[in-house]
Amino acid sequence: MARIVGGIACSHVPAIGAALDKGNAGNPYWKPYFDGTVPAREWLAKLKPDVAILIYNDHANALSLQLIPTFLLGTAAEFPVADEGFGPRPVPKVYGHPKLAWHLTESLILDEFDMTIANEMPVDHGLTVPLSVTCGQVDQWPFKVIPLCVNVIQYPPPTGVRCFKLGQAIRRAVEEYPEDLRVVVYGTGGMSHQLQGERAGFVNQDFDRNFLDGMVSDPEKLTKISHTQYMRESGSEGIEMVMWLAMRGALGPRVREAYRFYRVPTSNTASGLLCMEPA
Amino acid sequence: MSAPRDYESIPGTYVYDAERGRVGYHLNMFCMSLNDPENRKAFKADESAYLDRFPLTPEQKEAVLKRDWLGMLKVGGNIYYTIKIAFCDGLTFQDVAGMMCSMPKEDYAKMMMDGGRTPEGNMFKPGASPEKK
Repeated sequence: MARIVGGIACSHVPAIGAALDKGNAGNPYWKPYFDGTVPAREWLAKLKPDVAILIYNDHANALSLQLIPTFLLGTAAEFPVADEGFGPRPVPKVYGHPKLAWHLTESLILDEFDMTIANEMPVDHGLTVPLSVTCGQVDQWPFKVIPLCVNVIQYPPPTGVRCFKLGQAIRRAVEEYPEDLRVVVYGTGGMSHQLQGERAGFVNQDFDRNFLDGMVSDPEKLTKISHTQYMRESGSEGIEMVMWLAMRGALGPRVREAYRFYRVPTSNTASGLLCMEPA
Repeated sequence: MSAPRDYESIPGTYVYDAERGRVGYHLNMFCMSLNDPENRKAFKADESAYLDRFPLTPEQKEAVLKRDWLGMLKVGGNIYYTIKIAFCDGLTFQDVAGMMCSMPKEDYAKMMMDGGRTPEGNMFKPGASPEKK
């Protein structure tokens, strides 16, 4: 039987990918960030997952405003790395797990989550940066990846409670899958940041630290945060943290915290990295 | 159930909601077209003619031509899309962020190094205190 062995919350700041790709990870600005990610990489390597379900948002690359699925699941065998306007990131191709992805699709839709199905799509930094952060610079990704996109670009994104319930449904679906697979779930984006308007650069460290605590000990409380509260208190793009709640829902009621790292700034963003195992 | 737009009381923030989506669609789809290198070349060769391929309002076209980053948000631009114009110009996100809040690039970078723009005084527009919400 498949089972979920870990959950990772990870910011997907594009500049993190650029720093790695351009060989700047060791410079004084970036070294403290990348040093802080090493324990997460070591933890994940020991966990030896077969598949990751990676919850992220596309940034006007695979999707545009033409079609805006609230939840989308990638069922392809492989996903090319997107050209985001300056050439694709020099990272390995992402290989999917079509059998598990189709099982998830069926199971989630029958469980009342109306997933959009993507048989072909490129993946952008929202997916590849968390992989780089947690796997390092590798010739091939050490596990298969099932992309799960959430709309956070066109207001309103799905609510935190809806995302949390989606995570719970993902857990049920994974546990029904007959093959022995070790599955990790990523929730990406965040933490507090604002990329737009006169308030650009907004960061709220108290909000973020409370959110990190809540992810471990009381995620139900976090599901009560309203969209306006996210945007007001964690910046307009901080609302991405609803994707962390989807991951947390997939881990079950209790977790063991394996590692936590928080840093301001990472480019325009407060970045967080949180590794957990179902307890 | 449509929620009240209580986020309008957040200062300096342009939520890309139904209202902005309705007016901004073509502006943002123009930005999306810049993902294609051929289109970037055509835009650079004659910006005004390229923009005429899209049904933009005069205000939207002018905001693009003037690179009025804040103005673009006010006429329906979505930052994830308008930033593609900046990438086409060779600018970074931080360059544009500084311009949107009228801060020199160095000052903006220093603000981020010092922990970012603080929540104090930046969560409500003047007169829109939590009590009056």
